[in-house]
Amino acid sequence: MDLKLQGALAAVVGEENVLADTLGRRLYEYDGGVDRALPDLVVFPQTRDEVVAIVKAARAHGAPIIARGAGTGLSGGAIAREGGVVLSLNRMRRVLEVDTELGRAVVEPGVVNLEFSTSIAATGFYFAPDPSSQRACTIGGNAAENSGGPHTLLHGVTVNHVLGLEVVLASGEVARLSVDDGGWDLTGLMVGSEGTLGIITAITIKLTRRAESVATLLAIYNDVGQAADTVSAITACGITPAALEMMDGFSLRAIEAATHAGYPLDSAAVLLIEVEGLREETEEDAERIREACVQAGAREVRLAANEAERELLWKGRKTAFGAMGRISPNNYVMDGVIPRTQIKRVLERIEEIGARHGFPVGNMFHAGDGNLHPLVFFDERAGELPRALAASREILAACVEAGGSITGEHGVGIEKQDLMPLIFSDDDLDFMRRMRRAFDPDGGLNPNKMIPAFHACTEIRADAALYREGL
Amino acid sequence: MVTAVSKAGLLDLRAGDVERCVRCGLCLNACPTFRVLGEEMDSPRGRIYQVELADRGELAIEGDFTLHMDRCLDCRACVSACPSGVPYGAIIERTRVATARPSWLERFLLERVLPYPARVRRAAGLLRFYQRSGLQAVARRSGLLEWMGLAEAEGLSPVIAGGESYDGEVTGPVRARVAFFPGCAQRVLLPELNAATVRVLRRQGCDVTVIEEMGCCGALHVHSGMREFARALARENVVKLEAALASVDAVVVNAAGCGATLKEYADLFEGEPEWEARAQRVARKINDVTEFLDDLGPRTELLGPLPVTATYQDPCHLAHGQGIRNAPRALLATIPSLELREMERSDQCCGSAGTYNLKQPEIARALLADRLNVIAASGAEIVVTANPGCQMQLASALPGRVFHVVELLDASHRARPR
Repeated sequence: MDLKLQGALAAVVGEENVLADTLGRRLYEYDGGVDRALPDLVVFPQTRDEVVAIVKAARAHGAPIIARGAGTGLSGGAIAREGGVVLSLNRMRRVLEVDTELGRAVVEPGVVNLEFSTSIAATGFYFAPDPSSQRACTIGGNAAENSGGPHTLLHGVTVNHVLGLEVVLASGEVARLSVDDGGWDLTGLMVGSEGTLGIITAITIKLTRRAESVATLLAIYNDVGQAADTVSAITACGITPAALEMMDGFSLRAIEAATHAGYPLDSAAVLLIEVEGLREETEEDAERIREACVQAGAREVRLAANEAERELLWKGRKTAFGAMGRISPNNYVMDGVIPRTQIKRVLERIEEIGARHGFPVGNMFHAGDGNLHPLVFFDERAGELPRALAASREILAACVEAGGSITGEHGVGIEKQDLMPLIFSDDDLDFMRRMRRAFDPDGGLNPNKMIPAFHACTEIRADAALYREGL
Repeated sequence: MVTAVSKAGLLDLRAGDVERCVRCGLCLNACPTFRVLGEEMDSPRGRIYQVELADRGELAIEGDFTLHMDRCLDCRACVSACPSGVPYGAIIERTRVATARPSWLERFLLERVLPYPARVRRAAGLLRFYQRSGLQAVARRSGLLEWMGLAEAEGLSPVIAGGESYDGEVTGPVRARVAFFPGCAQRVLLPELNAATVRVLRRQGCDVTVIEEMGCCGALHVHSGMREFARALARENVVKLEAALASVDAVVVNAAGCGATLKEYADLFEGEPEWEARAQRVARKINDVTEFLDDLGPRTELLGPLPVTATYQDPCHLAHGQGIRNAPRALLATIPSLELREMERSDQCCGSAGTYNLKQPEIARALLADRLNVIAASGAEIVVTANPGCQMQLASALPGRVFHVVELLDASHRARPR
């Protein structure tokens, strides 16, 4: 480890805000995903100026810099894959400004998503992106990963809610970006760049007014295919629900054990559907959706009678990922995207792939926008991880083949880096490499993430061809 | 062959507990120490990971590892937040068997005083003499307390009132027969609370007996890693509770920490099926006083108006430990003219956490300061809670403004014109 760098960082933030011991560093070798790597140092800045000084010091010592929020990410974005300095931004948690007249707020990156919305609840506004980890994840992390969530179906993902950014570049310069500026949308480029183009130190976010009325329905099916058909049927009615979630029977049973939300244990699948808007409109939409569900074969459709019932239904959905710890020692969650018209066919394909590899696969996902989250259940202690990853890759290849993509909202990170050639050509990837170099010529910001090394591409495509042949 | 229940690790963990954590991180922001310190090592996810590493021999069970285990409040907020059902309480309490280094004072109080009601009374008498005789003033000036490492404890020690006594009469037909567990320290620290609890139960039509002979439940021992001693206490208490239960319908407890421990006695008897079963049978009859009264349905015609605005602080071992959140609020709602104003994050620990405020004073003070902020923001005149520890911690900053739910019910009974 670089003692000089440690000293330089301690001079910036104080010794107590730098972790260099084994215990401390090991506690930053993981995030919410499956990859692990030990950082050399962990540093906790509290101001933008400290971030600037840290970036300059790390770059001067040739150490990589990895920004981290709450560490709830699922693609390894916050993992120090090449060693270096983990920049933990969770102590920068001040809300700098709330302007309800302009409908915007300025927050530091460590502000927790749900806590922010709760703190301004009295104003009638909230921050719309609602990833399932929103109780813990930070708005800085949301911006870096361009996070989604169930309600992005209506409201859009994080990039649609970021109006401006303050970013510390690899050079240590501070850039202030705004969607109101003319020219290229650099704010949009920065959102979802996963810490590879700069370190976000402040975010200007759009505030969304709470809808006058919300209706939440739970449609219960004895057949997964019928639930899948309903998704297209609802959009065919011309209604865009705020959220349209699907959970299969397998996932449901684990979730129910965790939250007692009243999900039916004997069903094959449920849809959790929410509409919001003006009262009359909501009531009418809810009724039409109910009809569409019944027509597609739902055995029962329940309407949440009050806010408590509504919250309970959502609590089940939002804690679903963690609840899977109840049914299997390990699980691997994917983030594939497919056209929503293909849901039924792709789900069958996923089940077939899982069965062939000997793993049960659960599904709970954002059906409305075709963002699948298949979960492969395995046991790491039995040495099943490599096989589970192989099955997962095959599933993602199937998504791409169906006209979709490898990621909807979890980011690329380490996890999907070498799957990028499935959706991008060599030229595309080379363009991305050059774009990245323009911001970070030395490649010190979150190195070896997102964009695969040049030589990997041919191999991956060859593998994918094999998957297609079902080998 | 390695079987699923083998305990190859260095810590005495229950098989499968640690493995249940999928590291999703949903617990982080619910953890009071993570909120204060902002470091993974002092988060539930981080502590579980450290336990896993230490159990495998990859981290030494000393130094910083012990520090991070000590800093845990054992408040169980993470258990409420955890979707995966990780039994965090069992993990930390079992780990503490290996990390705990109780001080001479702690050991003396926990092993020699608290289990014996008579000694608790005598110790209280001494403390009372100390406070009133002028000795206290001398000791505080002398610097002796600092030298003995007692300054924090001495500063927080409440003024000791006189002894315990119970009064009140059963009103109307007897609706239930209950045994009241009076706890240990609270008998002398908050005798008025115990008296009020018995009065309220009687007024509401309960035939109450007090289990005088029962000492400490062992909660403090479990939290401090003195598991063996806790088990011995539990064995004695199970026998006493069985005897009490021969003639009553339920055992009522007014301390959330004790209630949670009594309900979890079975965990202490792993590998002893007979005791485990007896502990489980007893546990089913243990009721927090708020839970019991809410189930019973208070006779509202006995309640008089209390024109006051109140905010409710959930005790950790009631909300997270026993899952009781509505009962105390429902009881407060039955009091005429009382207005409940919720505070923000009402289920976040106040820093009391058994003896935590003595052992980790800085973090405890930060947590108390946070509570004072949200209490002030609620605009309520008084704070209501349902556990003696929380009551004393909050009252140390808000003297005369903190009450147990049953104390308000008692006041409401008295406010009823006859």
